[in-house]
Amino acid sequence: MNIHEYQTKELLRSYGVPVPDGRVAHNLDYAATVAEELGGERWVVKAQIHAGGRGKGGGVKVASSLDEVRLITDQLIGCHLVTPQTGAEGRLVQRVLVEQACDINKEYYLGLVIDRGSQRVTVIASASGGMDIEEVARTTPEKVVRESVDPAVGLMEFQCRKIAARIGLKGKQISEASKLMRALYRCFRDQDALMAEINPLAEVNGGSLMALDAKMSFDVNALYRLPAITELRDFDEEDPKEVEATGHGLNYIALDGNVGCIVNGAGLAMATMDAISFHKGKPANFLDVGGGASPEKVGNAFRIVLQDPNVKIILVNIFAGINRCDWIAEGLIKAMQAQKIGVPIVVRLAGTNVEKGAEMLAASGLDFIMADNLDDAATKVMATLAEQGS
Amino acid sequence: MSVLIDKNTRVICQGFTGSQGSFHSEQAIAYGTCLVGGVTPGKGGQTHLGLPVFNTVQAAVQETGAQASMIYVPAAFAADAILEAAAAGIGLIVCITEGIPVLDMLRVKAVLHDSGARLIGPNCPGIITPGACKIGIMPGVIHTPGSIGIVSRSGTLTYEAVFQTTRSGLGQSTCIGMGGDPIHGLGFVECLELFESDPKTRGIVLIGEIGGNDEERAADYIKAAVSKPVVAYIAGVTAPAGKRMGHAGAIISGSQGTAAAKIAALEAAGATVVRSPAEIGAGMEAALSG
Repeated sequence: MNIHEYQTKELLRSYGVPVPDGRVAHNLDYAATVAEELGGERWVVKAQIHAGGRGKGGGVKVASSLDEVRLITDQLIGCHLVTPQTGAEGRLVQRVLVEQACDINKEYYLGLVIDRGSQRVTVIASASGGMDIEEVARTTPEKVVRESVDPAVGLMEFQCRKIAARIGLKGKQISEASKLMRALYRCFRDQDALMAEINPLAEVNGGSLMALDAKMSFDVNALYRLPAITELRDFDEEDPKEVEATGHGLNYIALDGNVGCIVNGAGLAMATMDAISFHKGKPANFLDVGGGASPEKVGNAFRIVLQDPNVKIILVNIFAGINRCDWIAEGLIKAMQAQKIGVPIVVRLAGTNVEKGAEMLAASGLDFIMADNLDDAATKVMATLAEQGS
Repeated sequence: MSVLIDKNTRVICQGFTGSQGSFHSEQAIAYGTCLVGGVTPGKGGQTHLGLPVFNTVQAAVQETGAQASMIYVPAAFAADAILEAAAAGIGLIVCITEGIPVLDMLRVKAVLHDSGARLIGPNCPGIITPGACKIGIMPGVIHTPGSIGIVSRSGTLTYEAVFQTTRSGLGQSTCIGMGGDPIHGLGFVECLELFESDPKTRGIVLIGEIGGNDEERAADYIKAAVSKPVVAYIAGVTAPAGKRMGHAGAIISGSQGTAAAKIAALEAAGATVVRSPAEIGAGMEAALSG
């Protein structure tokens, strides 16, 4: 789960990470009031959306007067900001963060991730701040410093000093950076983060360090013990179909093709998308109905998949383990009877009670296109689409 | 022969009297698993499914000589349950529970590292030696005793591989579902090592998916130490970067974890990589006769 930059900064500030003075504003008058109260002569106005690359998309601007703060805020709020990460349709900006501008001497990168190789939280730091760390790691791996954290003792001061020295910090900056890194780690640990990134970590106004931009994402499986983080969730930043699916215990991810997919199991759902693509089709979604796919769940799955207007055909692929094919068949028949589907349905059933399930579908008098295996199903999907001329 | 479990493995269930624990314990008993009891704190002394219930894993181990535990407790209590089993001397811990916070598992792994206990999962279907012992939620009926070792990050894709190797008459020596979480117990490398040294296993099916670098490490190991044929399938060739495909571990972040990189690594190591899960069975038949 992601949160906004202003929320991340407030959270980090509460742990003792230095961040610029600033506040969030929902309209131009309040943005100007914030700027006035912050004081100074220059301010940064930053569009608050979850996607990255805001600078490149024109979502971060410097203002030299209160009128300019208003003007920029007016341009940003209500616009669909397009960045390298939003797709062509962009993302609606509903608020901006207004901060005091600082003079930047140098920019560094500091991040915390869960490294699956070492199975540890790992600090990543670099003297090449402001840039994409993946790009730095690819082109100049020697500039990326890594240090893994033993969960029993946490991030130690000596490790922080080592990192600080290796990215070229000097004098009192080393203890300052050490304090900052340990604060970031405490926040990461206490709030069940999966990723925290300060980019850039800047040397400002005569040498002190400050987090000019910050991103964090959190473990949805830990939200039950994180009431404060749960409140920061912004559903406007998420696909409404994905949100609704989650509420029904379904795992749905919207994609941009026209073949709707309803599958049990995450691995099989990915394999189904792959099979469609292999046969030159384009999946409209990833959807895992999970292990206990009750008739209600199957019905909800159909409703959510059909909310996508691009869907021209649906492929149902079920390997019933603990589940039973006859139960799935009952769900399919009920879903067909309860709502107007309007697109062809290709069904592949395998596993427990497959004969009974297939018999029920055949006896229903409803129009299912039956397939033997995944390849056969994908072939039939493409043939049906070709017949339709879409 | 088989790996990790056989008909003599003495198994307990943690979360025994809950709905999941009860259902799958019944299934395990019906399959012939040597289930010797279960643990539900506060219900010690009772009998459930004809077996004794204990308050602690320690008491269960003392009374029954249990060697393996299957865990069905809710996610919030799972880390505690795993470490309780390890502390009581359980050698094989199978955690079925899904949705355990990553940082919980990270701490658990650090402790397990020093304990000598093996963990399978979490968020996995479990482990089965067909005809002998079933610890997990997989449908017993699709399995048949035989010669193929299967290790997988995905539940339903494991069933596909099982189904096909059953139909082709090869059968399975042992099937291990290692689970879809980023921090997990046994990995491909440990399972490959076990199957390689198991005389009954003639071929190995490896089912991976996007995210992490377990498959790349498996490829290195196959190249260095596996003499038996390996047939692999990787799910998520068309998954977009940055989107979590159901499993917490199935996400491509930046250039890391793509299916293309995993397929290339496995092919370079000499494994047969099939492009569709429907080809796993045929791929293994070809690999064994080739």
